[in-house]
Amino acid sequence: MLEPVSYAIIVVCFAYAAWSLFAAALNQIPREPHVIGAGVIELLLVVQLVVAIVMMFVDGRPDEFAVFIAYLLVVLIVLPLGLFWALAEKSRWGTMVLVFAALVIPVLVLRLEQIWEATGV
Amino acid sequence: MSEPGIQPASAEPSPPATNTGPGRVLVAVYALFAVAATSRAAYQIGTKFDDAPVPYLLSAFAAVVYIVATIALARPGRTSYWVALAAIGIEMAGVLTIGAVTAFGVTDFPDDTVWSWFGRGYLFIPLVLPILGLLWLRRLRVTAR
Repeated sequence: MLEPVSYAIIVVCFAYAAWSLFAAALNQIPREPHVIGAGVIELLLVVQLVVAIVMMFVDGRPDEFAVFIAYLLVVLIVLPLGLFWALAEKSRWGTMVLVFAALVIPVLVLRLEQIWEATGV
Repeated sequence: MSEPGIQPASAEPSPPATNTGPGRVLVAVYALFAVAATSRAAYQIGTKFDDAPVPYLLSAFAAVVYIVATIALARPGRTSYWVALAAIGIEMAGVLTIGAVTAFGVTDFPDDTVWSWFGRGYLFIPLVLPILGLLWLRRLRVTAR
């Protein structure tokens, strides 16, 4: 797919996870900056969605089209659900939930790349 | 645990709260595996069930176990505690059995499940998860006294 977008998402997610891990180590609960940071990641994920849609029109559908679409959509809801679950927890473990959610996204993005590459267009 | 002001003061003994503290992260991980295992099983059964019915049914079974464990852990209360314990116990037995069967080649497993090779395809998290889950439930039981 468009690799610069994927790499940007992965780098930002790792940075977000590291930052949240640091915050959890300092015994901080999830706060507004974490919500804003998640918004940045979500923005990049929407860009990825648009790029993927455009590229499917240009290059054709990947072989595993349904799986590809499922991954594109699931990756969008991971962090909002993580935030929802994290913000209600008034301890460092809420922040740890964000670390976990942020680390799931790179895995899904890599799977998306794999599915796209497997098409061989 | 001992941080002040986290739990609201309550006169009656609180039921085991499996969904706060470290349990918060545990529920998140379980939820992810519930989604992953369910989608994987649905995909396998929906597109190629005849290739390997038994592994795909095991995939579906694993999915159900993860869903039950997620919900039971996410809800406070005694009943949920025991449901969670049963589900995670079954999960532990499942990942050890399926892991051993696939790793030592007792029978042919044409396609992987979440538990194949002790969850190798998922960074061995399926093997670690029930251990953490059982430790978490055991710790709650100790602190509840």
